[in-house]
Amino acid sequence: MAQASDVNFAAPVHRPKAQWNQRTIAPWLFLAPGLFMFAVYVLWPIVQSITLSLYDWNGLYNKDGAFTGTFIGMGNYAELMTDPAFEVSLWNNFYWLALYLLALPAGLFIAIFLNQTVRGIRLYKSLFFFPFVISQVVVGLMFAWFYAPNFGLFYLLTEWITGKGTAILADPDLVTFGIIAAGLWPQIAYVMILYLTGLNNVAPDQIEAARLDGAKGWKMLWYVVLPQLRPATFIAVIVTVIGALRSFDLVSIMTSGGPFGSSRILSYYMYEKALSEYGFRMGYGAAIAVVLFAIMMVFISGFIWKMWRDEKER
Amino acid sequence: MVHKKTGALALVAALLMSTSAFAQQRLVTWNADYDPIPLAAAEAMITDFEAANPDIDVQLTNFDHEGYKTSIRNFLTADAPDLANWYAANRMRPFVEAGLFADISDLWASEGLNDSLASSVLSMTIDGKQWGIPYTYYQWGIYYNRDAYKAAGIEAPGADGMTWEQFLANCATFKAAGIDCVTTGSSALWPVAGIFDYVSMRTNGYQFHSDLAAGKVSWTSPEARAVFAELGKLQPFVTENHAAIDWQDAAAIFVQNKAANYVMGNFAVGVFKEGGMTNDNLGFMVFPEITAGVARAEEAPTDTVHLTSGAKNPEDAKKFLAYVASAEAQTKWNAAVGQLPTNKNSTVDAADPFLSAGFASLSSATGGIAQFWDRDAEAEYAKAGMEGFQRFLVQPEALEEILTQLEATRLRLYPQ
Repeated sequence: MAQASDVNFAAPVHRPKAQWNQRTIAPWLFLAPGLFMFAVYVLWPIVQSITLSLYDWNGLYNKDGAFTGTFIGMGNYAELMTDPAFEVSLWNNFYWLALYLLALPAGLFIAIFLNQTVRGIRLYKSLFFFPFVISQVVVGLMFAWFYAPNFGLFYLLTEWITGKGTAILADPDLVTFGIIAAGLWPQIAYVMILYLTGLNNVAPDQIEAARLDGAKGWKMLWYVVLPQLRPATFIAVIVTVIGALRSFDLVSIMTSGGPFGSSRILSYYMYEKALSEYGFRMGYGAAIAVVLFAIMMVFISGFIWKMWRDEKER
Repeated sequence: MVHKKTGALALVAALLMSTSAFAQQRLVTWNADYDPIPLAAAEAMITDFEAANPDIDVQLTNFDHEGYKTSIRNFLTADAPDLANWYAANRMRPFVEAGLFADISDLWASEGLNDSLASSVLSMTIDGKQWGIPYTYYQWGIYYNRDAYKAAGIEAPGADGMTWEQFLANCATFKAAGIDCVTTGSSALWPVAGIFDYVSMRTNGYQFHSDLAAGKVSWTSPEARAVFAELGKLQPFVTENHAAIDWQDAAAIFVQNKAANYVMGNFAVGVFKEGGMTNDNLGFMVFPEITAGVARAEEAPTDTVHLTSGAKNPEDAKKFLAYVASAEAQTKWNAAVGQLPTNKNSTVDAADPFLSAGFASLSSATGGIAQFWDRDAEAEYAKAGMEGFQRFLVQPEALEEILTQLEATRLRLYPQ
C-alpha cells in the first residue's frame, strides 16, 4: 500500500477525470489472477460446501450423470446437535486448542535459552528446529511407536516405574493428550524459530537502558523483551491456533480416531463421514466442515482485523 | 504414483495398438484392485479365456487396493469399464440402487448359476435379481498355536474344535500361564467384528446376525444382551491394549507363542507362515458352539465381479462373467491365490490343510454363510457397531451406555 501511494505521488495529476484510465485498471489487472484463483479455489468451494451441507447425498451420480442427493434443509445440522461423536470431536478440538498454546511459552523458553553466543550454537539451534522439518506423518509414526504397547519406549518406561505399562493410544481418556504431545513437539520448534528471529530484532539499546535501571530476570522479560516480541507472538498464536484446528494428519496416522472414536477431532470426523470407507455421507461431512469453518473464521477474522488496523495506522 | 500412472498409460497405449492390429477383436474392459498374487492369477484367467475366445480381448486395469474404494465411485459414472470388481451383500447396494451395476439375472438363469453358485445366491441378490458374479471367498475361524497350548500344558483342540465351556476354561489356564487366550488388533476396528459375529451367530444363529445387521433387532433386546453376556466372558482373556495395534501386530504376538488363539480370516495364514509358523504348529478350528442346537453358521466374505450399466460391450463381458463363474476358472484362480472357490463343482488343493478345513467348514455350515459384519450391515451402521464392540472389549462396564448409543443409531438409521 505504501508503495502504491508513492507511485500516485509521482504520477502527473493534470489528466482529466477518465473513468477507465490506465491507473484505475492496472491494479485490477494485477489483482485479476489472484482474485480468479481465490474465487475458484476458495470462495466457490465454500459456497459449494454450504450448499452441500443442506443435502443428503452418498457421493454417487447415476449413470446419466445426474445428482442423486435429496434436499433436507437443516437436517444435517439438527443431527449434529444430537450426535455424541460430534460432541466428542468438539471437546477434543477444544483440548487441542488449549493445550497447543503451550507451544508458545515452551518455544519462547527454548528461544531465549538458545539466544546466546556459545561455540556450536548453530548446531544446537538446528537440532532443536529438526522436528519441524520432518513431516507430520513421520512424527505421528515415531510417536505411535514410542507409545506402542509391549515394545514402545514410553510403555516400557511406565512399566518400569509403575509396574504396569500404559498404552496411551489404547486408553480412551489419554489418547487425545498423547496425540497433542506428539503435535506439540514440532509446533514448539516452529514457535521457537519465530521467537529466535524476533529476538534478533530486539533493540540492544533498550536492553542496555533497562539494565542500567536495574531490571533483570522476569521483569526484564515481561516489561522489556516481550513487548518487543509482540509481532512474533501474534504470528505464533495464529499459526498455533490454525495448526491445532487442522491437526488431521496426526490423528489419522496415530489412531484413525480410535479407540472407538475417542480421539476424533472435527477435521477427522468430517473426513470419516464424507470420504472414508464407512462414510460417503457427503452432506453430513459438509455440515461438519461448515461448523469447523465457522470456528476458524473467529480466529481468521481476528487476524484480518488486526492486520487491517495495523495497515491503517501506518 | 506418477510412475505407476505413466506406466499404466503406456500399457494402455500398447494394448490399444495391439488391439488395432487384430481389427476383428472386440474389447472388454475390466477394472480391478488386485495385490500381486491375485493379479497374476487374474491375468492367467484372462489368457485362458482369450485362448478359448480369440475374437475377444479382455483388458484389465489394476488399481491400488485402498484407492479403488474411492475411484470406483468416479469411474462408474464418468468412464465406466465393462466389468468392475467389488464385494457382495450390502457393500454393493449403493451401486445397485444408483443404477450403476447391471442386472445379470438372465446370465444366472442361462448358466444355471443358481445351482452351481448356490451358497452365494442370497448375498448376490437384491430385489430378487442378481447383480454380479462371486468368484472367491475365504473362511473365518479360530487359528491356534499348538506351541502355546503345549506351553500352558493344555491339550490342543482336535478336528471338531471344543465346547465353549472348555474354551473359556482353557482361557483361564492360559491367563495363569501369562499367555493371551485370544489375541486381536482392533485399531482398524474390523477384527473385533469377527469375534462379535461369531459369538452372536453361535448364541442366536444366522438369522439373528442378519436381522441385527439389517437394523431389525433392538440392541437392548434380551437376545442382543445374551450376545454381550457371552462376549463379556471372553473379554478378560483378550489381549490387552488391542485397540492400539493392527491385526498384523497381533499376528506377531500370536507367532511368538504369547497368544494361543486368533479369530481371523484365512488370509492371515500367509502372515503367520511368514512369521515362521508351519502346518505343524498352526491349527484351525471352527468357533465353539455356545447355545446348543443352533445351526452352525460361518463367515466367508465374498469377492465379486460386476457388469456395469455403462458397459460398452455387455454381450462379450457377460461371456467373460460366465467364464469367471465356471468351476474350471474358479478352481485355477483360487488355487493360485489360496482361497476358496464359490462354484460348488470346483476343487481345492487337498494338500493345504487350512483350505481343506475351510472348505469342509463352509460346506457343512447348515446355518448359513454370513458375509461379515461390515459387509452385511450398511456402512455407517457397521462402523457404529464396530466402535461399540471395540469399546465393550475395552470397557465392559460401559455396556448400558454402548447399547443405548447403538440403539439410538439404529432408530435414526432405521426409523420404526
